[in-house]
Amino acid sequence: MKRTNAKAYWRENIKYVSILLVIWFLVSYGVGILFKDQLNTIKIGGFKLGFWFAQQGSMYVFVILIFVYVRLMNKLDKKYGYDE
Amino acid sequence: MAMMNRLLLIAEMDVQTWTYILVGITFTLYIAIAIWSRAGSTKEFYVAGGGVSPLANGMATAADWMSAASFISMAGIISFAGYDGAVYLMGWTGGYVLLALLLAPYLRKFGKFTVPDFIGDRYYSKTARIVAVFCALLVSFTYVAGQMRGVGIVFSRFLEVDINAGVIIGMLIVLFYAVLGGMKGITYTQVAQYCVLIFAFMVPAIFISIQMTGNPIPQLGFGAELNDGSGTYLLDKLDGLSTELGFAEYTEGSKSTIDVFAITLALMVGTAGLPHVIVRFFTVKRVKDARKSAGIALLLIVILYTTAPAVAAFARTNMIETVSNQPYSEVPEWFKKWETTGLITYNDKNNDGLINYVADASNNELIVDRDIMVLANPEIAKLPNWVIALVAAGGLAAALSTAAGLLLVISSSVSHDLIKKIIKPSISEKSELIAARLSAVGAVCVAGYFGINPPGFVAAVVALAFGLAAASFFPAIILGIFYKRMNKEGAIAGMIVGIVTMLLYMMKYKLGWFDAVLPNKTEWWFGISPEGFGTIAMMLNFIVSIIIMKFTKAPPQEVQAIVEDIRIPSGAGEATH
Repeated sequence: MKRTNAKAYWRENIKYVSILLVIWFLVSYGVGILFKDQLNTIKIGGFKLGFWFAQQGSMYVFVILIFVYVRLMNKLDKKYGYDE
Repeated sequence: MAMMNRLLLIAEMDVQTWTYILVGITFTLYIAIAIWSRAGSTKEFYVAGGGVSPLANGMATAADWMSAASFISMAGIISFAGYDGAVYLMGWTGGYVLLALLLAPYLRKFGKFTVPDFIGDRYYSKTARIVAVFCALLVSFTYVAGQMRGVGIVFSRFLEVDINAGVIIGMLIVLFYAVLGGMKGITYTQVAQYCVLIFAFMVPAIFISIQMTGNPIPQLGFGAELNDGSGTYLLDKLDGLSTELGFAEYTEGSKSTIDVFAITLALMVGTAGLPHVIVRFFTVKRVKDARKSAGIALLLIVILYTTAPAVAAFARTNMIETVSNQPYSEVPEWFKKWETTGLITYNDKNNDGLINYVADASNNELIVDRDIMVLANPEIAKLPNWVIALVAAGGLAAALSTAAGLLLVISSSVSHDLIKKIIKPSISEKSELIAARLSAVGAVCVAGYFGINPPGFVAAVVALAFGLAAASFFPAIILGIFYKRMNKEGAIAGMIVGIVTMLLYMMKYKLGWFDAVLPNKTEWWFGISPEGFGTIAMMLNFIVSIIIMKFTKAPPQEVQAIVEDIRIPSGAGEATH
């Protein structure tokens, strides 16, 4: 019982981490680097969008990602009785 | 004229006096904290007793992380690199996502003192531990030498002492609180240092943002219209100025996409693999605290990192407008002052008395060292003297906090990983503590030596410390946590191949040791610069580890049990031997 519990916990954890890392990758490498030229044709205020993501936006997203992870994991810990 | 000189003298003395006052106050504070929080046991020395709150640890991590390079050099680099500067911004923050999601919680659960501790136990091998110690020392020494140099530069410019005297003063201060306080002392001084450095960075940034755009928030001022009534956006103006002078458009940059990609990845992964950052997560109480403090640390770092590109754009615009095509005889005071330090040079090639600042090297008459942009920025913007002095105190806080964190990694690698775990396991707690303090003293002396006599390659190598960390630790730790079947043969081979490839590439393409002249960038593998090569070396490490693992036997049952155990957050207990 304990072992299967641990396995299920780990599977959910890996799922969360994978989703969050896909977002992490898309925002920094996708939007900020690979597609920045296309996005730079869009302007918001004084910022070209690709440039803004590379020098501002990606970093805000990073912070949000970690706090989302913290929340998800705290919930998961409770669900599986690993909270302390 | 005499009157004029006297006025200048008073103005000059003022910055100086302010600097003495602010640096004096902050240094006294650091020393007082060190005395109050001195370490009494090895556990306090290595991991601050393991009871640091997530907030305090987040602040300490942020200060530990933001070095002289972040505080002094980064905005300057971005200022000259434009869009390309994003590699540092994303690279040095995105790594925290990896750290929080993939490393920190598990390493905290594992509950030991150092990174080589994890490698040595997880890969049940002394060889693995020794390879890890070697990598930790290599990474930390290259990094710390740069910090001591940064301390020297700030001292010499603002207190007008000799650069070497500056390094020695810095050494003594760090020596005092790192040796006395260990991790405990360092943690609480870093909390104070974070406050000093973020205040020192934000105040001038806010002033300049208001001056140029009327918006007090630099992150918004960055994208706002200029204050001069022209209705032009700051960035459009800067793009225009840049192309006028023959530079690449500021928001476009000039590096190739693949290189930007590789450098960003190498810096991110390197950040997550730096031992002095990882070890900070051993100091909190529970696994959930480790996750949370990674988030707090990144938030606190991002405050500075999103301000830096704004400062870069303000400073660049300001500088071009102030000096470009102006008569040399009428340059402002700060220009002359920095000229005497050799960090600004002007050579009137066409003898027209004007400063021709252009991209074309044969006609360009002005060379500005990018390291001075942050330090000179308040002067360029004519901010009050106390702000200029504050920047000096902030730069010192950034350099000292990082140096102290690195010195601790070096001393614990020697006293704990080498002496206690390999050479003399019977050593008593008391002798180990003495050994830890002595190795800290030794490490400060070596760092100071490199600060005073920087071998030409140190500066070049500091940026590559990340590549080295990416190529060595990151794969070994990740595989150790996420791949139960990974064994010692695979991990050791991977680390060695990774770090050796990185070192060789660096020697060939960065230091030019193997050829008569430094090879041209057309010869780079896949068009990737030495700074970005950590990405390739890391991939090699992963591939070699997995292939070797497939042909060798699985790790023993008890090691697989350790892996299962670290995946469960509860019952972390306290860090132990």
